[in-house]
Amino acid sequence: MANVTKQAIEPPIAGPLGKAIVWVDARFPLMATWKTHLSEYYAPKNFNFWYYFGSLAMLVLVLQIVTGIFLTMNYKPDAKLAFASVEYIMRDVPGGWLIRYMHSTGASMFFIVVYLHMMRGLMYGSYRKPRELIWIFGCLIYLCLMAEAFFGYLLPWGQMSYWGAQVIINLFGAIPFIGEDLSVWIRGDYNIGDATLNRFFAFHVAAIPLVLLGLVAAHLVALHEVGSNNPDGVEINKYLSPDGTPKDGIPFHPYYTVKDIVGVVVFLAVFSAIVFFAPDMGGYFLEGPNFVQADPLQTPAHIAPVWYFTPFYAMLRAVPSMFGSQFPGVAVMGAATLILFALPWLDSGKVKSVRYRGPIYRWFLGAFVFSFLVLGYLGVVPTTVWGQLPNGLPLAGGMDFATLVARILTTVYFAFFVLMPWYTKKDKELPEPERVT
Amino acid sequence: MKTALFILSRTIRATRALTVVALAILTLNSIGALASGDEVALDRAPINLRDQASLQRGARNFINYCLNCHNAAFMRYSALTQIGLSEQQIRDNLMFTTDKFGDPMVSALDPQDAKEWFGGLPPDLTLAARVRGSDWIYTFLRSFHRDDASLTGWNNAVFKNVSMPNVLHDLQGTQVLTKVGEKPGHGGHMVPVMKLAVDRAGTMSAAEYDRFVSDLVNYMTYMAEPARAQRTQLGVLVLLFLVPAFFVSLWLKHEYWKDVK
Repeated sequence: MANVTKQAIEPPIAGPLGKAIVWVDARFPLMATWKTHLSEYYAPKNFNFWYYFGSLAMLVLVLQIVTGIFLTMNYKPDAKLAFASVEYIMRDVPGGWLIRYMHSTGASMFFIVVYLHMMRGLMYGSYRKPRELIWIFGCLIYLCLMAEAFFGYLLPWGQMSYWGAQVIINLFGAIPFIGEDLSVWIRGDYNIGDATLNRFFAFHVAAIPLVLLGLVAAHLVALHEVGSNNPDGVEINKYLSPDGTPKDGIPFHPYYTVKDIVGVVVFLAVFSAIVFFAPDMGGYFLEGPNFVQADPLQTPAHIAPVWYFTPFYAMLRAVPSMFGSQFPGVAVMGAATLILFALPWLDSGKVKSVRYRGPIYRWFLGAFVFSFLVLGYLGVVPTTVWGQLPNGLPLAGGMDFATLVARILTTVYFAFFVLMPWYTKKDKELPEPERVT
Repeated sequence: MKTALFILSRTIRATRALTVVALAILTLNSIGALASGDEVALDRAPINLRDQASLQRGARNFINYCLNCHNAAFMRYSALTQIGLSEQQIRDNLMFTTDKFGDPMVSALDPQDAKEWFGGLPPDLTLAARVRGSDWIYTFLRSFHRDDASLTGWNNAVFKNVSMPNVLHDLQGTQVLTKVGEKPGHGGHMVPVMKLAVDRAGTMSAAEYDRFVSDLVNYMTYMAEPARAQRTQLGVLVLLFLVPAFFVSLWLKHEYWKDVK
């Protein structure tokens, strides 16, 4: 009862709405939540371009959930009906084509926004103490997002849906001893079929989104517990005004809410340009072969995963099979995503932001981004794209040049993480400013 | 004045960013076209989805020729009203296999016969223009040539050993593929340069036949995505809305941020 008396304060606004808020507040921490997370959450005043992508990721998440709900109203998770039901949505459901394109474009845009959001974290050291858990939750969100995209991609039941899923599930088959049983367990059948489609549908529309929402909540709670980092990588809590608020902080609402609206409008312009004028994005967002219904008897000429998986796919192909098993490639691919979790404990630099890091870190970060982008490209194209090396060469003679490049870049990708304890310690860092600039 | 300058500078910045995105979209689109791995250079199909007369001729061509063997099972006859035909016109001139106006376009070909004649069911063509692209179909339909070694007596320069015969040969005439020269290819080997030429004329001239195929491909492009015209139209409106929305949001941000020192 103590809380009821404590929170029965002056209404925040006059009139019946103010009274209603007081009534609710006596029973639920409405104003307290509003204050903690928005109107009295102090964020550094120097956020730049890179800080738009957090709120944009939330926007895309909501877009995906809402469009997804409407898609399920007409989609049939049945191997005999799925493909036709998608075409039914595209043709006969009023506005169905718009909902579907928003959902398919949203999937790719989600990854673009999240990759840029992660890039921000890397640049400004947002994963460093005391924000390790925010980073861990973020990595889990990224894993969920990959699972969500993978399960969702099977649902249209096109050729690429079918054969892409076939390739990925067969990867689990490469795990020693349990692999074969594991892949049958995932498929629910000896081949991808109706059982697989049904369970993927369940995962895509119920299981993974629930986990995703929980993780997003945890990500935000952890963030608001320790406060946001900023492009200078210095803590704003060190210098407080007499009223106890950070000197370099401004309330998230209204300052960052109005600023994020600008980001939302620009994002929607890009998003709409794609949805309305290039929903296929030249075969990258919607692949041509996926407009052919899944046919277990006919393998497509070239199976390429959707672009957001291609860096990892390129790594998988780059690693040679050993002892007649594909497992080393699968292990490398898995390690490439899991190593992200270790990042907070690999970095032994004194400063957080790339602005005050030394040259070695900058080179490593640049090389890491370059390798990720080029691996992404190599995962789309056949390994023969750049021709073969001459037969006479030692070690690499006769090898596809693109495979050699992919091997080198995979090494660069891992070197960024594995060598980090060493090069961040050794680097000549610049002095950090006391307060944000 | 300050507000105006601020909005101007931010607009320039946003325009720059949007230009980069637009270029990226264009590049991706063109890379996508290259990555499809076509060995034969494709001719560009003259697509114009606003040309209703062409779409109607294309629908007629499609139903008279393609629909004898292929299905377009996701396309309803009733949807043809979107290209300016009336229900009566569609019923009288285009519906041969059904009398239900809302029925999908399904061929009368018996699947058993199809297996015997072609070794399999001819693919559904509703989405063909999205699978292969309009340019591919346009070039494919103009690249059939005689080949005595094949089962049907036909072959195709775009799709080697295709099991489909040239059903349009009475219009196009028969073509032959002949070697007209050599050029240096991969690894210094000489590769032959081949050329298609009509050796027995059909009922149409080359220009007439090209127009026949253009209309057909135009229709197939429409059929693959009937909402396309509506999509781009709506897109213009949405972007026209977002432009002033951008200025308003920018102004709002500027007003609020005046007191941030």
